[in-house]
Amino acid sequence: MSVRVQAEPFDMGAEVEAFTASAAGAGAVVTFSGLVRDEGGTLSSMEIEHYPGMTERALQKIHDEAVARFSLDGAMIIHRYGALRPNEQIMMVATAARHRADAFAGAEFLMDYLKSRAPFWKKETGADGTSWVAAKDEDEAALDRW
Amino acid sequence: MIDVLYFAWLRERIGAPKERIETDAATVADLVEELKARSEAHALAFSDISAVRVAVDQDLTEFTASLTGVREVAFFPPMTGG
Repeated sequence: MSVRVQAEPFDMGAEVEAFTASAAGAGAVVTFSGLVRDEGGTLSSMEIEHYPGMTERALQKIHDEAVARFSLDGAMIIHRYGALRPNEQIMMVATAARHRADAFAGAEFLMDYLKSRAPFWKKETGADGTSWVAAKDEDEAALDRW
Repeated sequence: MIDVLYFAWLRERIGAPKERIETDAATVADLVEELKARSEAHALAFSDISAVRVAVDQDLTEFTASLTGVREVAFFPPMTGG
């Protein structure tokens, strides 16, 4: 499955190995994973909420657009939801292409769109209590370059 | 009947993840006006509409979108994936 939304942790090494094996003919694989920042030790937990149904649709759309736009040999997205602790993996993307420029660009495209077009919301609990993470203007602006 | 879904702080302010609404609203904006009249919590949640995003039948859209034939409308803050 090229797009997965799950509560469970994932094994990045095993995922990248399987993805690479499936991308026959590719000359470049780029991977990225996003982690829960510990914010200097002040963050105790992060809760990720999502919109079941729309999340899968939105991720598939972003995936398909990246593959078409950068002529990728493959792409994958894994994104978790639920309760996460500092330093845990939140999500990963991987792209495969003939050459590295498309693989890098495809991964950046996936990340830019994941930030502000995939229905996830993060709530942090730390020393100052609990608060929803606000979207950043630069995340919205990042879409303009594509 | 339309299912109205709320996520993140909208869900918390309204106090429910979902409600079924009997409505004749033609657009999302009309529906928001009806929702604001339901309770103080609703009015507060929708007091600054610039902080709210909307999806109609699971596709991100604008407040001007038509509700003709629509089954599900979701309101939420700007998304923070990745």
